[in-house]
Amino acid sequence: MEFNWFKKKQDNYPEFYLAYLERFKKKAKGLIEDTRFVAFDTETTGFDKKEDRVLSIGAVSIVHKTIPVSNSFELYIHQDIFKSETVKIHGLMKNGDYEKVTELEAIKAFLEYIQNSVLVAHHAGFDKNMMNEMMLRNGLGKLKNKFIDTGVLFKKSKHKIYQDTLQKHYSLDDLCKELNVPKVDRHTASGDALITAMIFLKILSRLDKRKHLKWGYLLHG
Amino acid sequence: MKNSIAERVCDFLKIYPPFDLIKFKKLLEIAEEVVIVYLEKGDTLFKADQPANEYFYIVRAGAISLFHTENDTQELVTINDTGDIFGVRPLIARENYKLTATANEETIIYALPIKNFQSATENNAKVYKYLITAFATNAYDSYTTEENNAIFKDYLPNTSQDIVNFQTANYTKTPITCAKTSTLQEAASLMCTHKIGCIIVVDNKKPVGIITNSDIKNKIATGKFPITTAVTNIMSSPVITAKKDLTVADGQLKMIKNSIGHLCITKDGTVNSRLIGVLTHHDVLVTLGNTPSVILKEIKRANRTKKLRIARLKANTLLKSYLEQNIPLTHIINVISEINDAVTIRAIEIALKKMPTEPPVAFSWLALGSQGRREQLLFTDQDNALVFEDVPEDKYEETQAYFLQLAKYVTKSLNKIGFEYCEADMMAVNPEWCKSISKWKTQFQNWILSPDDKAILLSSIFFDYSGVYGNEKLVDTLSESIFEALGGSSLFYKFLGSEAIKSPTPLGIFKQFLVEQNGEQKDLFNIKSRGLMPLIDAARLLVLSNQIKNVNNTYERYEKMAEIDPNNKELYESCAYAFKALSKFKTKQGLLHNNSGKFIKLETLTKEEKLKLKRCFKPIHDIQETLKLRFDLKNFI
Repeated sequence: MEFNWFKKKQDNYPEFYLAYLERFKKKAKGLIEDTRFVAFDTETTGFDKKEDRVLSIGAVSIVHKTIPVSNSFELYIHQDIFKSETVKIHGLMKNGDYEKVTELEAIKAFLEYIQNSVLVAHHAGFDKNMMNEMMLRNGLGKLKNKFIDTGVLFKKSKHKIYQDTLQKHYSLDDLCKELNVPKVDRHTASGDALITAMIFLKILSRLDKRKHLKWGYLLHG
Repeated sequence: MKNSIAERVCDFLKIYPPFDLIKFKKLLEIAEEVVIVYLEKGDTLFKADQPANEYFYIVRAGAISLFHTENDTQELVTINDTGDIFGVRPLIARENYKLTATANEETIIYALPIKNFQSATENNAKVYKYLITAFATNAYDSYTTEENNAIFKDYLPNTSQDIVNFQTANYTKTPITCAKTSTLQEAASLMCTHKIGCIIVVDNKKPVGIITNSDIKNKIATGKFPITTAVTNIMSSPVITAKKDLTVADGQLKMIKNSIGHLCITKDGTVNSRLIGVLTHHDVLVTLGNTPSVILKEIKRANRTKKLRIARLKANTLLKSYLEQNIPLTHIINVISEINDAVTIRAIEIALKKMPTEPPVAFSWLALGSQGRREQLLFTDQDNALVFEDVPEDKYEETQAYFLQLAKYVTKSLNKIGFEYCEADMMAVNPEWCKSISKWKTQFQNWILSPDDKAILLSSIFFDYSGVYGNEKLVDTLSESIFEALGGSSLFYKFLGSEAIKSPTPLGIFKQFLVEQNGEQKDLFNIKSRGLMPLIDAARLLVLSNQIKNVNNTYERYEKMAEIDPNNKELYESCAYAFKALSKFKTKQGLLHNNSGKFIKLETLTKEEKLKLKRCFKPIHDIQETLKLRFDLKNFI
């Protein structure tokens, strides 16, 4: 009875979103080692969550410190909004030669891919907002997954005594440098997702195994 | 769905063997199923005695150590770096891992699915051969570690073993044996007489054991057994046997798997039949024959020209695989020069045996031109000369006749080996090029003090001589007298300079290649005359005018110049680079078309190759301009 208001709204949701929600009913926070993480990245027309649009989503999954290439995710979305000034960053042209799908198709594929995995992104707040806006626009609810921000996690991974030497913000490029991750395919969604995954694995290995490799620490801190 | 990550994995794989032998489309099929594995320092990927995984591995970043464990002690077998493949045992033999793989540092590896790999590389014999080699290198092999650490070094990354791996192994058909009842001393005496490292113990012609040098070392020399002990106490038993139609690859594999260096070949392939031969690790390597040390050994042992030819041909296979593996050209040049010199030396030694008497006086055999510069890679024309010690006037003719006869034998056998006779007859067999030291000195002085075009043409070949065989002092004396004469002749430098700038930059005004206008080679680009010769000529002039001795190699000459003239360091270094790059082009073309590689068909080059070629031309132009200024050549021509 307690989620009555919620239930009503659910009636309009398409099947795939209901199936997605279903996965969060069971409280499933197992061992970190056995958890499936999905590192993802979006390329967008800009930084305004209301005005700008997602052009592509790239993601890879991580289980047991391995990333199966066959289980990677890469989608290009058809958008009417187009800004020429960001083309030079992500290289996605309006009529680029990619197979494109609608926003709704992209969301469906993405949710089926991520399921209830823990999502990992660099400056996760931005990607999360962009995805949520897109989902709301398409008559769906928001993402339910747990999020880990590699920017935040990196800072936390540094010992207290180094805290004051830290920068305020670490860009993905900064972290590549700090952690010695090769920058391949930077500024494509897939490329950045893979880089983020590498960074995530490297930070995890630097955490204190007994003290910090716990959900509470990873997710909140 | 587009999978950019798989494409990036491909981009990485395709630069490393054996993946460079797989077509991109096929490689992509494999890459799509790759698993990227992250390992922290100390993480173990697989352990000895574990059942095989569905994957084999390549290091993407970091390093993986392979350990062999015996009696609780770990012994490091090898460390794999970026691009090295490992864990290939399950690809070749369905059995448990023999080694343990542990991350030496933070490491990222690509796990390649065996199933997909196999289906994508079906019928690709080259790939399979490479894997066997990689496998052999990483496998723990007491024979290799004990006897010769370097055995696999040269042969490791070989991708083009041609068909040799699948040849039937060439085993020793008359193995030395001793009876079960013999004493160790008798067996050892037999080994001594036959100069061999192992003996097979037989019982009624069937092999029952084997004794090697190390058995004697370990069991007799240490005092464990007296030398009068029975061979049965010392021998390793049972022996590993094989059938006579065994291939080289199988033989090698069998040795590696059993950690042994000898296989007994028996009539039906089991220990219960008659011994008909022995295959040793050395036999395998000789058949594979592509390590410089094996080739050199073969050359030194050759007693006939025919055997020298076989050995020299193997060097060509080696050369080809070196080029494919992008081994630095300086290393390739060193190895091949070493082999060419060894061939010449051996040919002279064989010729000397044919002569009725010892040489009447000391002499020295000179290599000229490219061999003299030690930068000859392919078979080219032979250019050589002979210098002998001064003799009294009345003995001169007789002495020269002796050396001409010797030269005749040598040039004939060099020709048989594959070095064509020089068209211009610049060979020691020509009385003009077979002289006493005094006559040579006079000859060089004439060239230097009163140069003409013909003298320049000749001296451009003769100034790059190096002594290959015989009395080194003769060669030094000759060099000294040349430098002495050079001291006072700026005219000679001008002649050499005009020769060096004779062929203009190889590009036309529209940056197109200047190709041959007529003749048989019409429309072909002559990389030797337009690219290499100007660099070689310029380098020679520069070192001669700076009185630099004993640096014959063109790129070494430029490196030397960079040292003594640091203002133009960059130019000299780019010349050295251009020379190496152009030599590589020429050699690759030569191997491709089975000729000297002089003429390049431009349309067979990729765009990238053409660009690279063009980049080499800038230093040619710049060095020619420098020569014009330095030797005041503008008005000379």
